[in-house]
This record gives sequence, C-alpha cells and structure tokens, in this order.
Amino acid sequence: MLRVIVRRLLQLAVTLIALSALIFVWLRNLPGGPVEALLGERATPERRALLIKALGYDQPILVQYAKFMQRVVTGDFGNSIRTGDPVSEVIGRAFPATIELAVVAMIIAIGLGVPLGYLAARHHGRLLDNLSIAGTLLGISIPIFFLGYLLKDVFTQNIHWFPPSGRISTGLDNTNVTGFFVLDGLLTREFDATADALWHLILPAFTLATIPLAVIVRITRASVLDVLNEDYVRTAEAKGLRHRVIRGRHILRNALLPVVTTIGLQTGALLSGAVLTEKVYNWGGLGTLITDSISGGRDYPVLQALILLAALVFVVVNLLVDLSYAFIDPRVRVR
Amino acid sequence: MSDPMTRPGVTSPRDGSGLPASDLSAGDRPGVEEKPEGVTRDLGRLGDRKKARLDELARATADKGGVSLVRDAFRRLRRNPVAIVGASIVGIFILVAIFAPLLAPHDPAQRFDELTKNLTVDNIPGASSEFPLGSDPLGRDFLSRLIYGSRQTLFVGVVATLIGLGLGVLIGALAGAFGGWVDNILMRFTDVMLALPALLLAISLVAMASRSSQWTVIFAVAVVNVPIFARLLRGSMLAQRESDHVLAARALGVKGRSIVLRHMLPNAMTAVIVQATLTLSTAILEAASLSFLGLGDPDINRAEWGLMLGVDGQRYFEVRPELAYYPAIAIIVVALGFTLLGEAMREALDPKNRR
Amino acid sequence: MQARRLKAALALAASAALAVGAAGCAKSERDGGDSGEAKTGGTFVFAGAGDPKNFDPIFNDDGESFRPVRQMFDTLITHKPGTAELEGGLAESWDHDAEGKVWTFKLRQGVKFHDGTPFNAAAVCYNFDRWYNMKGAAAQSQMIYYMDVFGGFAKNDSPDAGKSIYNKCEAKDDGTAVLTLNQYKGAFPGAFALTSLSIASPDALKKYDADTVKQNGDSFEYSAFANEHPVGTGPFIFGGWDKAKGEITLNRNPDYWGDKAKVDKLIIKIIKDENTRKQELRAGTVQGIDFPAPADRKALEGEGFNVINRPAFNILYLGINQKNPKLKDLRVRQAIAYALNRQQLVQTKGPGGTKVADQFMPDTVLGYAPDVQKYDYNPEKAKQLLKEAGAENLTLNFYYPTDVSRPYMPNPQEIFTVLANDLGAVGIKVNGVARPWNGGYKDDVQQFGKQDLHILGWTGDYNDPGNFVGTFFGRAKTEFGDAAMTEMFDAIAKADGTVDEAGKKAAWEQVNRDIAAKWLPAVPIWHAPPAIVVTKNVKGLVASPLTDERFNTVSVS
Repeated sequence: MLRVIVRRLLQLAVTLIALSALIFVWLRNLPGGPVEALLGERATPERRALLIKALGYDQPILVQYAKFMQRVVTGDFGNSIRTGDPVSEVIGRAFPATIELAVVAMIIAIGLGVPLGYLAARHHGRLLDNLSIAGTLLGISIPIFFLGYLLKDVFTQNIHWFPPSGRISTGLDNTNVTGFFVLDGLLTREFDATADALWHLILPAFTLATIPLAVIVRITRASVLDVLNEDYVRTAEAKGLRHRVIRGRHILRNALLPVVTTIGLQTGALLSGAVLTEKVYNWGGLGTLITDSISGGRDYPVLQALILLAALVFVVVNLLVDLSYAFIDPRVRVR
Repeated sequence: MSDPMTRPGVTSPRDGSGLPASDLSAGDRPGVEEKPEGVTRDLGRLGDRKKARLDELARATADKGGVSLVRDAFRRLRRNPVAIVGASIVGIFILVAIFAPLLAPHDPAQRFDELTKNLTVDNIPGASSEFPLGSDPLGRDFLSRLIYGSRQTLFVGVVATLIGLGLGVLIGALAGAFGGWVDNILMRFTDVMLALPALLLAISLVAMASRSSQWTVIFAVAVVNVPIFARLLRGSMLAQRESDHVLAARALGVKGRSIVLRHMLPNAMTAVIVQATLTLSTAILEAASLSFLGLGDPDINRAEWGLMLGVDGQRYFEVRPELAYYPAIAIIVVALGFTLLGEAMREALDPKNRR
Repeated sequence: MQARRLKAALALAASAALAVGAAGCAKSERDGGDSGEAKTGGTFVFAGAGDPKNFDPIFNDDGESFRPVRQMFDTLITHKPGTAELEGGLAESWDHDAEGKVWTFKLRQGVKFHDGTPFNAAAVCYNFDRWYNMKGAAAQSQMIYYMDVFGGFAKNDSPDAGKSIYNKCEAKDDGTAVLTLNQYKGAFPGAFALTSLSIASPDALKKYDADTVKQNGDSFEYSAFANEHPVGTGPFIFGGWDKAKGEITLNRNPDYWGDKAKVDKLIIKIIKDENTRKQELRAGTVQGIDFPAPADRKALEGEGFNVINRPAFNILYLGINQKNPKLKDLRVRQAIAYALNRQQLVQTKGPGGTKVADQFMPDTVLGYAPDVQKYDYNPEKAKQLLKEAGAENLTLNFYYPTDVSRPYMPNPQEIFTVLANDLGAVGIKVNGVARPWNGGYKDDVQQFGKQDLHILGWTGDYNDPGNFVGTFFGRAKTEFGDAAMTEMFDAIAKADGTVDEAGKKAAWEQVNRDIAAKWLPAVPIWHAPPAIVVTKNVKGLVASPLTDERFNTVSVS
C-alpha cells in the first residue's frame, strides 16, 4: 500500500509540473496581458519596453518558467500583477467568501429542499406535488444571473429589505480573524457583525441555492416515493405504528441516502453558480477573482495559482477516493 | 462485477463536483429515477452516481435490440403529456427559427429613423403600431430581433451540442470499442473534465482562446459536454460487447470494424440522442451566462437571446426591462421545452417503465 | 448534536432579523445629523470603481489610485476647483525665465506633513531628486507620469528611456525652491499639477523605504510607504485599507493648511459594477458614486439624487491606419469622416451632455481653434469622394474593444455597431474585429497596427494641448501608420516648444486647423462628460474635469 501511495504521489508531482508548464507557456503566448493592462491607453514603445524588461518578459520563456518554479517550491506564487498583493493573500481573502456563500446556500437548499420533497411525495399527484414539480422545473431553467438580478431589484430597490451587495456593511468595525465574517463575529463576540454578515448573505445565498434546491426537492421526492412503496413501510403502517415513528425511522432514514449523495455532488456544482452569483452581488470571492483576473489583464500569477490549486485539489481527492476504495473493498487493487 | 463500468480502479470517482451539464440548468437531472438501493450499498462511491446514471441510460438502450425499444418508447412518449408539452415547445421554437424571415416584420439589423429619432441612452422607444415591441438600444426592431434570435440561439445550442457530441462519441467509441488501456487513459481524461464545474471550464477555455468570437463560445460550451457523451457512449458500447446480437455477429464472422459501426454505434445512439436533447437546454443557458460575464459573443449585432439578455438586458434593465424580460422568458421556455422532452424520452427508455 | 445545531441556526436567524432593525436605526441616526457651516462631522462614504494600486503618488497613473491619493497629498500647483485652470497649491506662486528652463516656486509657509515634519523647499527638492535618482527597472517602469514629463532618470535602467530634462532642484531658502531643466517643454507648468508629482514627507519616504520596489516574479511589491504609511500634506490622513471589505478609510486632518475637511471620516468603498454602485446609492449605504451608467443618470436625477456632470475633458476618436494604401488618400479619409453621422451617435448613445468633437481636444484647452474644417454628416459627399479616389469597393478591418468601459467610451460595442452601420451605408464594407481590452486590443491597434479603423480615446491629464494632440500625432505611430506625415510632427514639435503663451496658442490653433483640413489622421467623434452622483444631503462636492475632486469641501447633513 505504501508503495502505491508513493507512486501515486510521484505521478501527482509529475502531472502538476507538466500542467504548470503548459499553463505557464500557454498564458504567456496569448495576445495582450499584464503589460497591456498596466499601460492602458498610455502605451508608447519605450514604456512597453521598459515594463517588459522590468517584469522579466524579455527573457526566454524557459528561464522565466525556471524562475517561477524556483519560487513555487518555496511556496511563493508571486504577487498579483493587478494589485501587487501576494497571491496567497489574494486567494486567502477570496476563499472564505466563496465558502461562506456556498455553505449558507447549501444549508438553505437542504433545509427547504428535503421537507418540500418529502411533502411533495406524501401529497403525490396532488396540488402541492404539482406545484413543487413546476417550481423545480422553473428553477433549473431560469438563468441564475437573471434570477439574481430580479431578486436584487425587488428586495433591495423596490422594498429595502436587504443590502444590494457586499459581504458586510460599510464602515462596520469588525475584527477579521478567519475571513469568514459570520464566524469571526461569533469568535470575537461581535454579534452585530455576525448578524450583519448574515443579513448580507441571505439574497446571494438564496440565488445560489435555487439549482441545488430544485435538484434536492426532486431527488427527495423521487426517493421518498420509492421508499413509500417498499414492503417494510407498508408493514409498519399495517402494524399500526405511529406516523412519527414511521416517518422518522423508516421513510426518511432510507430515503435520505440518495439525497445525501446528491448533496455531495451539488456542492461541487455550486462553484459554477458562484461565479455568476458573486458577479451579481459584488461578492469578493473566488468567482469574482477569476473573472477579474481574466478581464483585468490576465493576471498570470493569480490565474496560474488558481488553476494549479484546482488541479491539486482534484488530483488529491481523486487519489484519496481511490485509496479509500482499497480499504473499503479489499478485492479492489489500486493501480 | 460483470459490469465493467463500475470497476472502481478504472472509473476513479471524483470529488463530488458535478456533471457539467447539470450546473446551470438541469442540476442533477431529476425526474430521473434515482436508485436508492444503489447508494445504500456504499456511500464512499459518491462520484459514481453521476456516472452511474449515464451508464444506466447507456445500458438501458443496449440490453435489447434497439429497434423494438425505440418503437416501444415512442409509443409511451405519445401518451405522455409532459413529452407532448416539451415536444410542442421545441417544435414551435424550431419552426420560428426556420421561418424567421417570414415571421419577422423587419430586418433585424436595420436601424429605423422612426426609432432612432427618440432614442437616447436613457430612453428607448416603446411599442408602436409598426414596431409592436418597440426599439432595441440601437434603434432596431426588437420584435424582429427576438424572432431572429431563435435562429442564432438554436444555432449556438445545436452546433455546441453537435461538436460536443461528435468529440464525445469519438472518444467514447474508441474507449468502448477497444477497452483495455485505451479505455483507461481516455476515461481518466474525461473524468478530469467531468470533475471541473462546467462554467469554470467554459470560462477557462474562453480565457485561453486567443481571440473571442461566436465560435469560442460555441466551442467552450461544446467541450464541457464532451465527457458526458464520451462516457455515455462508452457505457453503451461496453454493455453491448457481451450482448447477444454482437456475439452473434461475431460468430457469423463479421469484421470488428463492421460490428462497431453497423451494430454497436446505432444502438448506442438512442441514449446519446436523449442526452443531446437535455444538453441543448444547458448549452443555451451557458452561452447566456458567458455573455453575462462579458466573455460571450462580442458581436452585439447578432440577435441571440443569451447575448440580448446578458448584455442589453442587463445594461438597460431600468430604462426598458422588457429588453431583459422577453429574451429571458424565451430562454426559460425553450430550456424547459428541451428538458421536458429529454426527461420524457429518458423515462420512456427506462427499462423499469417497460414492464 | 442535531438539536444543538438547529438551535444555533435559529439563534443566527434571529440575530439576522435584529440586524435588519439595527441597520434601520443606524440609518436614521445618520440622517438626523447636525448641519453646521464649518465642520459638520460624520462620515462620507463614496463608491469608487476599482482597486487602487497603492498610495505612493509617483508609482501610480490611474484614477482609482489617484482618488485616495488626492485626499492625502498636495501638488505644488493645483487646479481651480471645477476647472482645468491652474492656481497655487503648495506653491503660492511660480515663475520661469524667458527660456522656460528655470522655475522658481514661492512656497506656502507653516505647512506640515501628517507626521509633523515641516513642508519646505528642502522637502520639495527631496521629492524631485528622489524621482530623478530612482533606481531599478521595476521602480522606473512604474513612474509613468514622471517619464512622460521628464523623459528619463539619472541612470536609466532601460536603454529605451531617454535623456532626462531634469537638471537640478535647489532650496534657495525655506520658502523658495528653484527647479532647473535642461529643456523647456509645453507640459509646464501644467505638469506640476499632476497628482503623480505630489509632494510626500521626506521623513516618511526614508522611514518606510519608499524607493524599494521589489520585483517578485512577474509583478511588483511596493514599500510600506506605498501600502501602509502614505504621508502627505492633504486634508485627510490615511486610516487603513481593508482589502477583504474593499474599504479605504481616511481621517480628517485637523491641521490642514487649506479648508479643513468638514467630515471626520471619509470611506472610499470599492464597487466595480456600475449597476451595483447605483443600487448601493439608492439603498443609502453610500452617499456618493463615481461613473454612474449613462443610462441611469436621468432616473437618478428623477429620484432626487444630485447628478453632477464633469466638464468633458476627453476625446473619442476613430483611428485610421494609413498602412492600408487606400487610406493614404486624404479623400478616402475625408469620405469616412463625412459618412459618419456623429450627431445621431451623440444623440442616441452619448451620455448626457456629450458633444460632437471636431478636433482632438476639448474647447477648454489652450489652442482650441473654433474655426476648423467640420465634417457634417453627408453620405452623398462621402460616396462622391470615394468615387473620385477610386475606392468604391473598400473593405476595411474595423477593430473594437470588448470587456471595457471608459469614460469617453462607455459602451464600445454599441459605438462600433453604429459607426459600422454608417460606413456600410456609403458602400464601405466593414469587417468588425473584436478584441478584449486587456486581451490584445491595445497591443493589436497600437503596437502591431493590424487594423484599418479602430476606436480609442483619451482623458486629459492637465491643461496642455500637447497632452492631447501631441500624444496622438506628435510623432509617427503604428496606430495611425502615419510615418510619412513629417510635416505634422514638425508643426506639433514647434508648437510644443513655444514658451510664450500667445505664440503657443496661435501655433496650436494652426495645428488643429491643419489636422482637420490637411492631414486628418483620424476622425474625432465626441467629448463625453463623465458624471458623479451624490445624495441630496451631500453638499459642497465640486466635480472636476480632470476627476481631481478633493473631498475636504464635502459635508454630509
């Protein structure tokens, strides 16, 4: 087993190096980029030459790559060209924002989706069921950014229930510990900050939650329907067990398993929605960072780090799952 | 494990990020009968579910001869109101797209003096007898642009789906036909792509393109769908390799290539067509999302719903919200149509419903 | 376990509900603040449109960085509020010799930097010497405006930089600084008002290592001075920059030499999306926003907000590239100018207050000629000219940018579509090519000159015709493929080198006339005023054509 792990880790390293080289060279061969972005309309040949030299883009690409790798092995991904901040700091700021948003969205999707799905199944074929199916169909067909726009327009412009954008009120003097504003407020006992952060979270989280919510409702409904037809439920009913017992012990527990699986899948899918949601609500997360880094002049260091990070997470998780299979099922030989 | 699809060593389940096609619109493709018992067996195989569902669809069409199955399914479809609604929407959409020049009252690219006369950046003329939906932000007939928009929207959706399908089928067919290490490598590759959230993958592709055009958008949306089709086709082919009609053909001495082309591919296509129907709706939504992010088709002269919603609809939302509402409604209805039709088709093909 | 989590969730939900109420209270408190004449106290929250790079004036060249810098620093010469005219800043008066090479500044007395050190001639010269002696390719490459004005350094770290026209700076006495140049340039004295050439505290510059610009990989890391300790003489003192929240906090400088700030605190909130800025303004979370979307201005005005148009100090033009032999013919370029219905473009797509441009500078700039040849919309004449030139079947590659919005060009795709439409009407086939603004557009049009036509523009930095016309046509550029137009370059160089004001004015007027009638290397399209919006209870904001707004005069009631 150990040998397998070592070999897979070596494979991982090789994959990452190859990927990083590919991204490095590819990005730098695209037209435009940081020099163009930094100079704006004021580009003269002299200025361009000066900047290209200062940034080291006049050197052969292999030399540039070697220097890049030299720093990366020490854990230094360079600084954002756009803002001058270390890439680790830039990503470190955006990461909690996205996670906070995604977690709350998931809580909403589960908290509403499971009961709704259950109720729809229990009212199979009746109004509530049909309504929930229609609602979920709409939920998956509506462009999420358009929904965000509508919600924002109604709830922040027509009736001022929620703030239009951002993660926390301007000028609020809160302490930043983890970067998760909700959590920070609790840790530092600044409960007003927690409340404020939650207040800012509601609209974006609801927007982001629509698709997972629709999916969870449908899966719950389908799976509860399946379970309702199972013999053991009928037996329980025939035995005259109380409703609550049947619901809790027999139906939900069995029906929830596929739901749990779906939730796992949707968590990853949330990232796509997050890019759009963050743009609608000016939410300073990873989605905003990616789009800003692209349109703000291809911020090479940030883009490289983001892509590598994504690849790393993917490969590591992949490896872990493969390995866990081997533990769960001894018949499986990990290759 | 008789089914090669679920051999964990090969399929390498992923980190729970989703089936790309699902992110934006169809989510986890509900309506699909989830099989609870399949999951109860082991929860560790989180990532397998997506693949399992694709594979199931693949198997469903493979374990019997294709023709009777399709006929069966068609019969069921005709009686299913969901399918009828979906098919009607799709049908109307396609008809409008085909006959756009006849339906549209005006040239969608022409600027009319009547409209530009009162057009300013904060005032867009509304409905009049000659221009039933008023002007667009450049003094063109909004109704005509909406009607012509169906064409471009259909074009983007269909071409993106076809490219995705073509590449996917190629990869899937190779993997399915050869098996072994070819299969292993190709499926690793598709798994990686399947693992990335769809929109992020599309954004990266657009960002990696050296020039932006309608084609970069189409291509980005298409590539997102490649792994889905690849896996689907491969599943179907693998399931068929052991099936009676293929064995029979082989016993009769039919050549390998011929078996693949004449027997296995046609049978696998049923599942692929179902998936393609569903993909059309996500492709349209994804193109709209890219437009919204400013990474879409740069040519605003082109009437396409996603572009109209993502660019003009956003910018002039307060001046004339109709510029957002109408394309949005069109997109929602059409996406819904394809989803309904696709799901109805999938349900009809599900062996469970065949009893 | 489950139950506890549920309780926690409920508690959070309850506190969220409380927050809604609490915020409501906070707002009403703000509304009920006192309104006095001088200091009114309170906080002014203004929404900017992008992240500043850092706060060291010399290393910046963009408006979003300059916005906070302008509140913290002063320049020797400054602009009269609301205009591009010059008046005394840290220097009460200035003078130059007949050749324009020796500049004497009489400095304001009793001014102190935020760190308590005195502002005097030595401090002024320290700043000039610092710029001139800056070392390292990284630092030098970021001194865009310095390079623009002075041309080079004591020791250039790149062979591409030229010889510096800076000679020396002497502190004759505490209140008199004498600057000697090797050569006069039309940019003076306007350039002394550039925000980039603001005077910083020598003590703080030394203490916080301001000159160190480290190159880390392919980006730059600035000093503690630039990021955490910018020290100037301005009406506000740096408070902090919370990057996670996108907020820059500035506090009132109680010892400011000029009009002391009326508010206690100024917060610059960064909101990149124009739509969101507007919504935050409506929600009352910010009291002012920059660059509202042109489409929103009227609505905001109707809702009682104060929409202030800055006098337009910019130009949008249609560039023509003479690399294409057909476009070398003046008649073809004139045909293009006649073909464009600029009046209609201004009416339908120009932000409120936009004017058709007939030359490459706004009328507030010295040397604007009221009598240049105008090209009013005339498609027939355009067709005729094309016929005369034998260019009836012209196909042109028209480049336009995407993913960008500039004050002079809020929506390039729409502008392109309209212009292309006009050109098509006179029989010119247009082949549109879109490029992302930072993804190759400027490189393609400025560096490689791939286009036949393109749209681009410029916002002026100071009141100097050289900053407009000189920038575009002062020398051969691949952007216009105009290497053969040496007559034009010579005329501009001569105008730029004229020291005496009347002569300078006459020379530039003639340049403008000749550009319109004889050379026409591009077609000016419009001057579009960018706007700034504040809530009704904000008083005293003076909008500047140069976006040089100082918030010390602003009060929030």
